[in-house]
Amino acid sequence: MSDVAISLRGVHKSFGRTQIIRGVDLDIPRGQRHAMIGPNGAGKTTLFNLISGRFSLTSGTIALNGRSIDGLAPHEINRLGLSRSFQITSIFPRLTVFENIRCGLLWARGYRYSFWHLLGGQRALNEEADRLIEQLNLQDRRNVPAGLLSYAEQRALEVGITVAGGAEIVLLDEPTAGMSHSETEYAVALIRAVTEGKTLLIVEHDMSVVFGLADVITVLVYGEVIASDVPARIRGDKAVQEAYLGTEAA
Amino acid sequence: MSADATQRAPQGRTLVAAPGSAGLARRAWPWLVAIVAALLLPWLFFDWSTRRHSGFALTMLSEIGLMAIFALSFNMQMGQAGLLSFGHAILFGLGGYCAAHTMNAIKAGAMWLPVELVPLVGGLGGLLFGVLFGYVATKQRATAFAMITMGLGELVAACALMFMGFFGGEGGISTDRVTGTSLFGVSYSSSWQVYCLVVAWTAIAVLLMRLQTQTPLGRMANATRDNFERAQFVGYDPRMVRFCQFALSGFFAGIGGGLYAIVYEIVTFDTVAAAKSATALLAAYIGGAGGFFGPFLGTIVVVLLQSGVSLLSNAWLLYVGVLFIIMVMYAPGGLVGIIAQHAPIARAGRLRELIVPYVRILLPGAFSVFGFVLLVELASFTTIGAAQGKAFKIGPHAVDPATAFPWLLGAAALIGGGLWLRLEARGFRARWDALIADAKAKGVML
Repeated sequence: MSDVAISLRGVHKSFGRTQIIRGVDLDIPRGQRHAMIGPNGAGKTTLFNLISGRFSLTSGTIALNGRSIDGLAPHEINRLGLSRSFQITSIFPRLTVFENIRCGLLWARGYRYSFWHLLGGQRALNEEADRLIEQLNLQDRRNVPAGLLSYAEQRALEVGITVAGGAEIVLLDEPTAGMSHSETEYAVALIRAVTEGKTLLIVEHDMSVVFGLADVITVLVYGEVIASDVPARIRGDKAVQEAYLGTEAA
Repeated sequence: MSADATQRAPQGRTLVAAPGSAGLARRAWPWLVAIVAALLLPWLFFDWSTRRHSGFALTMLSEIGLMAIFALSFNMQMGQAGLLSFGHAILFGLGGYCAAHTMNAIKAGAMWLPVELVPLVGGLGGLLFGVLFGYVATKQRATAFAMITMGLGELVAACALMFMGFFGGEGGISTDRVTGTSLFGVSYSSSWQVYCLVVAWTAIAVLLMRLQTQTPLGRMANATRDNFERAQFVGYDPRMVRFCQFALSGFFAGIGGGLYAIVYEIVTFDTVAAAKSATALLAAYIGGAGGFFGPFLGTIVVVLLQSGVSLLSNAWLLYVGVLFIIMVMYAPGGLVGIIAQHAPIARAGRLRELIVPYVRILLPGAFSVFGFVLLVELASFTTIGAAQGKAFKIGPHAVDPATAFPWLLGAAALIGGGLWLRLEARGFRARWDALIADAKAKGVML
């Protein structure tokens, strides 16, 4: 097995005649916490959608653990060990917190499309779901329909669903967007804990989160990578300051 | 065994939902009560002078049983998986045709099968066609799915009139349930024996459908209904979930159809037609698609209207339609939704305070219903009833529909009752909101 978890080669994506991603090459080693930053419209979320199979490539290749994902459906990519969260909260609103997490576990624990197992009797599965709920600090909300949770709780739940199946590669799309300062701190600690030892690719606008969490930062501007380096050097990078950090400071 | 298990939980951990035999007994008793009640119900209509069951009551109760299976199987798609089908009856009807042909084959000596298992043949037929049609329909979801099922419904209905061999054309397939094959030596020549068979199969099918909601597939059907994209990103192919759910739902619809063949001893084109599909939809909506038992409740209402009110009125279908519209507009959660909304108030211990407000809105409500029914009946009488040579009566009093009085009475009751209802509804809403606010304050909302 290769040591590169996610590998992008000459990735292009166009919608009609509009080029969104204009040739991205990127390697993310196994176990790295990798942040992607860039101004609005740079194509960060589009890149996420390409890696997770939600969109198909215009040209180029994407490989997970050395295996090309060309033509695979999102669920097939998920089964290869990649899981993601969404910029706009994506949970199962009418199911309880517990059921949300358990749904995140089912495929990974081999239940597939079974209609001959009664979930109430699956002790190991249910205990595993409860352990994760405790880790998410949602145990008081265990039996509440997810749609009734507060925004921050829903975000935490989505992170929980994303990591529940034990995927080795985790993609988080702005997990702390819209959170208060204290909620963000808690979310970062949570992300750090549940992605321990995994490959993490995260899109984030909050620079304190990015610089606190990431081993390597990639800067995406107008569909192209303008820099990819350790946080300290990204901070000092001229091009990055002009294109991105500079505009924020101004 | 359960005592053993609890003793062997030394960590002192509370066992959540451990299915011990005590828990099983607790969960089983409502089912047993329901089965016993279903078996006792016909005796209320028993004629002790002739020592005969009421054929009408038994047929109606049998109809409730088999239609409840049908409506619940419909809700496996709509309520559980978010798949609105306009052609669900094809699975029901085709199951029925399979069962009818099977009984004819048994009768002809071409095969041996106890009558008790004929509904299972219907179920397998439904499953087969569920796999076939599901393969096509579940490629899509939402509106496209609804359109495909509608097309499939029309397709099968058209085939039913084209292929005489299997469908028997307009006349349908007649059959005879008295095949002389039975596991228990029962002849099934009486409606009572058939009713017992219907109760047994209804209990089995409803229980299995209930259990199915608690399986990985059932749960993921809910999940894909809520958010199919999220379901993809936890490893499930939403299409496969839809397909499995559709096929299983076909199995249960087919059991309903098999019972239909046994109860009526004829399966016609009607069983696959759009109107039959609509009945399941009406029952599910009126009862409430959100709760598992909603469609069962809805079926009882619809069948009572169908069998009971249709004896009294030519316009019974109109009442079903109006009821449906009112439910969709004012109680989208159906009857079970209405009941569920009272739960927090009940938990706050203040349900009694709703009695007076309810009386105050039900009174004007009854007035407007009376006015509406009177107007509808007058209208239908002038077109149909008069031709049937009947006299129009309100209670014991004969009324001449050609005079203005009954029309004015109906209009006055409808409009006056409606205005009064609007007035009272405001007070009711205020009371309701106060009680809900109190329930929220007490923290018993969920």
